[in-house]
Amino acid sequence: MGSELPELGSTEGWRQQHLLGLEELSAEEITLVLDKAEVFRRALEGGERRFPLLAGKTCVNLFFENSTRTRTSFALAARRMGADSLDFSASTSSLSKGETVIDTAKNIQAMKVDVMVVRHRTPGTPHLLAQNLTCSVINAGDGAHEHPTQGLLDIMTIRQRRGRIAGLTVAMVGDIAHSRTARSNIWGLKKLGAEVIVCGPSTLVSPRWQELGVEYSYSLDAILPRVDVLNLLRIQFERQYARPFPSVREYALLYAMDRHRLARAKPDVLILAPGPINRGVEVTPDVADGPQSAILEQVTNGLAVRMAVLWLLAGNRGG
Amino acid sequence: MSTLLIQNGRVIDPAQSMDRVTNVLVENGRIAGYDVPPGGQTTVLDASGKIVAPGLIDMHVHLREPGQEEDETIESGTAAALAGGFTSIACVPNTDPPLDSQGAVEFVRHQAARAGNCNVYVIGCVSKNREGKELAEIGQLVAAGAVAFSDDGAPVYDPELMRRAFEYCLMFNVPVLNHAEIRELTQHGVMHEGLVSLILGLSGIPAAAEDVMTSRDIALAEATGGRLHMMHVSTSGAVDIIRRAKRRNVRVTAEVTPHHFTLTDECLRTFDSSCKMNPPLRSRDHVEACIAGLADGTIDAIASDHAPHAKEKKMQELDQAPFGIVGLETSLGLVITRLVEPGHLSWSDALAKMTINPARILGIPKGTLQIGADADVTIIDPEARWTVNPAEFRSKSTNTPFAGRELKGRAHTVIVGGQVKFSRQ
Repeated sequence: MGSELPELGSTEGWRQQHLLGLEELSAEEITLVLDKAEVFRRALEGGERRFPLLAGKTCVNLFFENSTRTRTSFALAARRMGADSLDFSASTSSLSKGETVIDTAKNIQAMKVDVMVVRHRTPGTPHLLAQNLTCSVINAGDGAHEHPTQGLLDIMTIRQRRGRIAGLTVAMVGDIAHSRTARSNIWGLKKLGAEVIVCGPSTLVSPRWQELGVEYSYSLDAILPRVDVLNLLRIQFERQYARPFPSVREYALLYAMDRHRLARAKPDVLILAPGPINRGVEVTPDVADGPQSAILEQVTNGLAVRMAVLWLLAGNRGG
Repeated sequence: MSTLLIQNGRVIDPAQSMDRVTNVLVENGRIAGYDVPPGGQTTVLDASGKIVAPGLIDMHVHLREPGQEEDETIESGTAAALAGGFTSIACVPNTDPPLDSQGAVEFVRHQAARAGNCNVYVIGCVSKNREGKELAEIGQLVAAGAVAFSDDGAPVYDPELMRRAFEYCLMFNVPVLNHAEIRELTQHGVMHEGLVSLILGLSGIPAAAEDVMTSRDIALAEATGGRLHMMHVSTSGAVDIIRRAKRRNVRVTAEVTPHHFTLTDECLRTFDSSCKMNPPLRSRDHVEACIAGLADGTIDAIASDHAPHAKEKKMQELDQAPFGIVGLETSLGLVITRLVEPGHLSWSDALAKMTINPARILGIPKGTLQIGADADVTIIDPEARWTVNPAEFRSKSTNTPFAGRELKGRAHTVIVGGQVKFSRQ
């Protein structure tokens, strides 16, 4: 019962033991993941729910930071493919008894785990674990550094709606300084040939991005007429140490994507947002729910991308 | 009377502008003469092909005892110093309890004597308990043997206290050594603020945090006539500020660490905590400014800021891991490989920064091989090619970014007070 998805083909072309970021992947590797994710997406859209490709495997979610969406998405991806999926959350763990993050991970690995999905507030923690463990590690977000599956699902959504990445102008809007979503998107988009603009308050957008070939703008209104895709980042009140702008209202005034701004953008502009959105702050409800918004497709694509990544790292290979 | 002859070495003593191949005679723990032929000496050391230098001095070492003996003890730290070629080190007071009392200073000196390795000079706290509020009993600390004052690991935060420290230390003719860092600008910072920190999403430690306090300290030193020494200079801005202050005859000296003239912030791309220290590894332009500062004399001394940490402390998330790396056993090799070999510094200039210059800053009677001086001698093999292997360190800690690095030049024999204390097999 369930589909073996022969269209997936082989894992040839994928040699990574871990998925820690998009910066270190080649354009070919990124495209490979997107193509495999597309197979899963079509199957899901077609009503398939079970793909016994990870039967007998164990995936652990090791989340040191709150997350409902990403954690659920990984858990569902693992279970739909027949793997055992376990959630480990920091607050109820022996971390509060002073156990180090490496010891915690090693103890879990000793229960014969195939994949560890790690989210932590400090950049480099998944890398630290990857060096000290033998199982595969997936970075589900390490501080402001990277969130590769988010980058992949955003790019997949753009590709699906627009048919390509190369030549598009994509703007990341908001708290660029603290955004792992922005960074992963920047790497993936640049490698696939898009033009990227980072846009937000001057306290959160560094001119140094230019050294990486990324344009910057403090004004959303100024760039609206030429962007094909807007990725509206959530303002992260919990991650900032000192308020980089005076009030939420001020931010919304300058950067909220509402119908007036939508009218000044290209008619076929695509709106993306990594969840959860603060309705009214980054985007107004009518825009979030309108035809240019691909927010819900992002969620479906997220599941497909995570299934593809789990399959590439841990899947039962035929033959 | 025991005598030692060091034969056929290239004797380089920057304090005497001496650089020639000759024999050095040691009698009763003191330098007794040059050009002495072999015959009748108790011991003869063949130094052919080697450099005979005054015993090297590292003026910035964390010995961790009392209080953090899991990282290092005075015994292991001084053993590491000998292996690195040092005959004298100055230890900083951020121990637990801190070195702000006569008892604490005497304890360190007593432990150093017991260890019987290299000489240890104590840097006392500027403020009581290193809290940065009240001046420590500096006169009593001087009487107990402290040679200089600092609140390192931390800056002397309050400018009024810094000014008073300059004024008070003046009568003892001792310098104030500052760790320049405006804490409000560096809070939560983990690495240099620059392109790499932007890419990695890590909170940055901006160069301005060091530049601002360096300017402040120089202005206060200038206003009071006090003696200032800038510790672990790492920015192009600070080098420039110090250069201009020296032209105005401000009584300022400065040191740079080997890691700050060797490594850049690119090292943090692997998120390796053995590249995490404060001040952080900076971008290439800052590294080059530090080298230029060494070459033109703006920077007087090379000091390791040897900061041992037990292994488990560094095996944590990057923001939890403590700042600091060990340095005693890689310092000389890095100076030779990165400064002398490429021609940035002559042997004499490089050795000056590890001998007579730190000696003068600390006011200690070391750093030279002139007749009558204590026989602290470092015999260096300038051609020795070796690979850094932390497992061979004499230090208790192995937190170094240089593991596996190939270096040229190493201490071969280390003589303290006329006694051979270290000999490399």
